[in-house]
Amino acid sequence: MYETAIDFFTHNWLGQAIVILLECLAVTVPLLVAVAYMTYVDRKVWASIQLRRGPNVVGPFGLLQPFADGLKLMLKETIVPSSANSILFIIAPMITFLTALIAWAVVPFGNGVVISNLNVGILYLFAISSLGVYGVIIAGWASNSKYAFLGALRSAAQMVSYEVSIGFVLITVLLCVGSLNLSKVVLAQSGGFWHWYFLPLLPMFVIFFVSSLAETNRTPFDLPMSEAELVQGFQTEYSSMPFALFFLGEYANMILLSAMGAVLFLGGWMAPLPFLPSTGVWGVIWFALKIAFLLFVFSWTKGTLPRYRYDQLMRLGWKVFLPVSLGYVVLTAAVLQFGGWVPKI
Amino acid sequence: MASLDRVARSFLLTEIVSGFLLTLKYMFKPKVTVNYPYEKGPLGPRFRGEHALRRYPNGEERCIACKLCEAICPAQAITIEAEPRDDGSRRTTRYDIDMTKCIYCGFCQEACPVDAIVEGPNFEFSTETREELMYNKDKLLANGDRWEGEIAANLHADAAYR
Repeated sequence: MYETAIDFFTHNWLGQAIVILLECLAVTVPLLVAVAYMTYVDRKVWASIQLRRGPNVVGPFGLLQPFADGLKLMLKETIVPSSANSILFIIAPMITFLTALIAWAVVPFGNGVVISNLNVGILYLFAISSLGVYGVIIAGWASNSKYAFLGALRSAAQMVSYEVSIGFVLITVLLCVGSLNLSKVVLAQSGGFWHWYFLPLLPMFVIFFVSSLAETNRTPFDLPMSEAELVQGFQTEYSSMPFALFFLGEYANMILLSAMGAVLFLGGWMAPLPFLPSTGVWGVIWFALKIAFLLFVFSWTKGTLPRYRYDQLMRLGWKVFLPVSLGYVVLTAAVLQFGGWVPKI
Repeated sequence: MASLDRVARSFLLTEIVSGFLLTLKYMFKPKVTVNYPYEKGPLGPRFRGEHALRRYPNGEERCIACKLCEAICPAQAITIEAEPRDDGSRRTTRYDIDMTKCIYCGFCQEACPVDAIVEGPNFEFSTETREELMYNKDKLLANGDRWEGEIAANLHADAAYR
């Protein structure tokens, strides 16, 4: 009986499909709950920075607020503007949402706890996070509205610019690791927080974090959706569930980039001190804590910094981050080469 | 040297880091906002909120239909019709306030010679329809009965300055 069950789930196509489905659910459901509570944490953090209280009416401490908001969005009417290209208009938020979700396939939550242990995990992540911009561009174009169009243009330009420096950041990390496999990236940082890459690669960690703010259109780089000039950017014409999909995709992207930051620079599932356990469920807990910390810094940033002007944003991306990260790639390569620390492949 | 200093500052992100530390400090300060529907801020005795028509302690309505409030109302929100009552005293048969027109200037209560029309301390009278904001005499008298304690206390507290 037991062996037939094993056989069913490992060899039969139906059994394998069920296993894959369960794996996907095991990642997406906690992810969506995390997204819901990220909006709550965001609002609470901004509120405390501004000496306000934040949501505190729905449920204890307002903990049910995200679900009330979600329910409200679902019950609203889906409005498709008469001049919009309705097919693309509906597809765009799906693209944003899906790209934010499928990237999680390669993220290692613990030692061996990963849906697909790809050997080109970093490349996959990089490719998927670049695809997200299509959702934004299509949304802006299909809305047939000037605010949405301008917002989408800004967003596309910004995401493409900052992807370049993220690419160089990834290159420095994989120079140190010698592998594109995300699990190997984490394993290379084993043994206490002084082995994590954020210490030797601190400038790159900062660049990565700032670029991920720009990638996810968060303050201080949220000018694609700056309320003052563009109403809400490419989301202007969206309401109800399509809007909710954009919103979920955006926050899922934020969590994804925090997870990337945790894997690349903060030792993924590794415990901060070598004698603490980092196997099994402990690994997932450490990983979640690191993501939570990075997400807190995301909210903290939004509560602290004002919005950049468009030319300042482009100047920072192309004239500061690009040369600095390029220089750091060369520096890292030189140090590895002449220090004799080139990883054995 | 100054330029070197500036470059070092911008690369070490000193200003951004100090900004972050400031907001972190603020995060742990006590909140300044009031937990509104459960607690409310203090109101002065001169607060001009929802209108009310008052009565004398024996239950007789104060308003004598002099129409001074109707005359002074800058928004022309008050409509009064009056005729003698069976006992010969002059009373209103109609006293309407269009609360959507009212600008809460308080002239009506200043004009009133018998302290009949007053603006009470109630500021939570939002409605779901516009029609509900067309107050008639019954509604205003009911407001007066409901808020008489607070209104009398406010008038007493402010009497010395009038």
